[in-house]
Amino acid sequence: MSETMGDPQLDTVPKLLARNAKMYGDSPAYREKEFGIWQSWTWAQTAKEVHALALGFLTLGIKQGDHIAIVGRNRPHFYWSMLAAQSVGAIPVPLYKDAVADEMAFVLDHCSARLVVAEDQEQVDKMIDVKDQLPNLANIIFLDPRGMRKYDREALFDFTDVQAKGLAKAAELQGELDARLAAPNYDDTCVMLYTSGTTGRPKGVVLSNRNIIETGKNTSEFDSLKHTDSVLAYLPMAWVGDFIFSISQAYWSGFCVACPESESTMQDDLRELGPTYFFAPPRYFEGVLTSVQIRMEDAGKFKQRLFKWGMNVAKEVGPNLLDGKSVGLGDRIKYQMAKLFVTGPLKNTLGLSCVRLGYTAGEAIGPEIFDFYRSLGINLKQLYGQTEASVFITQQPDGQVRADTVGIPSPGVELKIAENGEVFYRSSGTFVRYHKNPESTADTKDAQGWVATGDAGFIEKESGHLRIIDRAKDVGKMKDGSMFAPKFVENKLKFFANILECVVFGNGREMCTAFINIDLTAVGNWAERNNIAYSSYQELAAHPEVYKMIQSHVEEVNASVAQDEMLSGCQIHRFLILHKELDADDGELTRTQKVRRNIIAEKYDDLLTALFDGSTEISTKTEVTYEDGRKGSISATLEIRDAAVFERAKVAA
Amino acid sequence: MNAIDSYITPDGRTIGAPVMEMKNITLRFGGVVAIKDISFDIREGEIRAIIGPNGAGKSSMLNVMNGFYHPQEGEVHFRGEKRGPMRPHQIAHQGIARTFQNIALFKGMSTLDNIMTGRLTHMKTGMFSQIKWWGAAQREEVENRELVEKIIDFLEIQTIRKTPVGRLPYGLQKRVELGRALAAEPKLLLLDEPMAGMNVEEKEDMSRFILDVNDEFGTTIALIEHDMGVVMDIADRVVVMDYGKKIGDGTPEEVRTNQDVIDAYLGVAHD
Repeated sequence: MSETMGDPQLDTVPKLLARNAKMYGDSPAYREKEFGIWQSWTWAQTAKEVHALALGFLTLGIKQGDHIAIVGRNRPHFYWSMLAAQSVGAIPVPLYKDAVADEMAFVLDHCSARLVVAEDQEQVDKMIDVKDQLPNLANIIFLDPRGMRKYDREALFDFTDVQAKGLAKAAELQGELDARLAAPNYDDTCVMLYTSGTTGRPKGVVLSNRNIIETGKNTSEFDSLKHTDSVLAYLPMAWVGDFIFSISQAYWSGFCVACPESESTMQDDLRELGPTYFFAPPRYFEGVLTSVQIRMEDAGKFKQRLFKWGMNVAKEVGPNLLDGKSVGLGDRIKYQMAKLFVTGPLKNTLGLSCVRLGYTAGEAIGPEIFDFYRSLGINLKQLYGQTEASVFITQQPDGQVRADTVGIPSPGVELKIAENGEVFYRSSGTFVRYHKNPESTADTKDAQGWVATGDAGFIEKESGHLRIIDRAKDVGKMKDGSMFAPKFVENKLKFFANILECVVFGNGREMCTAFINIDLTAVGNWAERNNIAYSSYQELAAHPEVYKMIQSHVEEVNASVAQDEMLSGCQIHRFLILHKELDADDGELTRTQKVRRNIIAEKYDDLLTALFDGSTEISTKTEVTYEDGRKGSISATLEIRDAAVFERAKVAA
Repeated sequence: MNAIDSYITPDGRTIGAPVMEMKNITLRFGGVVAIKDISFDIREGEIRAIIGPNGAGKSSMLNVMNGFYHPQEGEVHFRGEKRGPMRPHQIAHQGIARTFQNIALFKGMSTLDNIMTGRLTHMKTGMFSQIKWWGAAQREEVENRELVEKIIDFLEIQTIRKTPVGRLPYGLQKRVELGRALAAEPKLLLLDEPMAGMNVEEKEDMSRFILDVNDEFGTTIALIEHDMGVVMDIADRVVVMDYGKKIGDGTPEEVRTNQDVIDAYLGVAHD
């Protein structure tokens, strides 16, 4: 780990703000759409707002080291609140605004928050509900006074009133504020972010000024972000990504952060704004692509043909142009035509016209989806990260973008792959500790600063890119000793629209097998077009034609898996199509729609045995839970099919 | 009833002197008596509900208040003055706005334009000035647009600003209609079944908006509603009608325990 001292002028975020106010005083720092018009604040104005609020915090008696919680959707005022908190030496803690009162109570209690900056009545009501459990919580500041006229104002203040009160006492408090601005050093806490807590209680990840500023600096240089860039901040403020994009990188580079008018207008706002830098999870890109496809299906014949032609040209030429490879003159002309008539207007509609840098992360993205956006000429790249790393672990450099890797280590990051395939990293962004949780800190981060990601992966020899295979705890070995990574294969299968969900088995066995769930909408649509009649999900799932189609998908996946040197053993030898959809109500999926492998293996024990013992048919009876809690059962006879598998050498030849 | 006194609601708002007084109103359609000798008042800053079973004469009552029907007997006093027969636009100029039971919006126009129509009574520039556009007409449009945008923000309908209202779901259309009524900056707002046909969540939202309108703008509100639960939650005082007669008047608590009201709602055995 580099133990550099930060530039003393620039070792806290408030100091970056002061620099930006001087260097880029008249450039926009924030935009927000209000009353149908984009309002903007320059860096100089932002510095004034933050200054007034920081003085206001002092009038409320905020001490150094206090925690200040921030709850609301992305708005400039909340970003200012974080800066004002840091200015007075307090630690900002952004919270998920959708959390229920009890979840908030846990976090507020855990960090002993003294002050909450809340958006509106909805959030204030939650705080009032749990206030009795929180002896440390002294005051609440709100932004939108609506509906709170009758509230007891003793400990409840209007945002602008706090600023005004601060300014009124400026002469008295300025000295104190200056002292507090100068006090922190590079290793003091910058922010605390709570992990979403999919397993157990949320953990407070403490990130230092070093973490945030080094990350902002390194990654801004990596992608040459400039103060003329702009980003739309629409992902939850409590999520580390938003903090890194909208504070760390934005303050380092001095670019503009825009906030949507409301959550539901994000797509319109994106189009009006046309940011140059854009981040979205794969889910978002999938959703947009699907809506484009559906709308094209409803369009007239001429438009459909034009769209098809334009997209084909874009697909052939677009990625090469992005990667800077040589492209013939004819292709260039065709590409310009396609841009004029198809891809240009489409990009504009999606609000991505000006995007010069886009990132996606969080889960695997389907190669078709990825290619679609890249053919439009959008420089969409992948990164891999987590809260504990201040996001960045690896990212893809321009010209080396692929759907199946997550890129090379980000600047300042060292990677290490453990015996069992688990990925470890160490970097200047590595978190300081979990708040009040030394055991978890010790479990995650060792004495040398190496942090376990919980993901298994490997580094490709030729390119040096990291590839993530699966969660480390799901990775196993097959009987012949080769690696077994179910999610790697499942993701490939799920990229087919016809396959909704699948579960691959094979840990400790000679071969891999799979349960497959068809996607009723996609397959139903396909059945309609192919004159296949069916009356129920179960009937459709068992239809021989459906089996044939799914088999072709499985074999296609096998062919692709066979090319992978480490995972070629994970080809699916036998599969069956399940007679019911896997459902969270039956405990087969988590509430966030993730497969619960062990429970499924137990519940469908008979099917699993049949997959491995060579039978071609199996009768089974399954208990189902209806939405109102009643239970019933369905019986079915399922066919088991063999799928063709491939030799690695044969395919490679 | 004493016209000067005021009262304080359980949640601490001060309710002022009567804004509108209905004195011995009787309304007949030919031989049918829709409203029979009803008197009540609506006070400054109050949320006043009129409830009753189907056909009780609630909407007729609202139409009398609104000046759309002229009662054969009785007087309507608005701000202390007796009101003679008036045209609808004159009523609007007095500061009374309403919504309708069966949404009456311009289906082909956007949400924004629909709400802008609510500002018409406040526009003063003439036709020629409007055609010329620059100058006074433009200034006026900008001022009005600003107020309309505040209403859009208030009702949280930014997403549908430019959507033709005919394409909106029912609950949202109701909200747009409320927006249009608010755009007139009414002193007295009449709502005809604002929650009819809504699901629980939409009802909760609408109740919130009604309370907020009252709270933020100090608007006096009279509403007709079917859903007893909602009425009991948001109204300060309730008039209960049955077969054109007033059978109860008072706070929700008083009305709830009134034997005549219970009989009208739950039915009573006739010997």
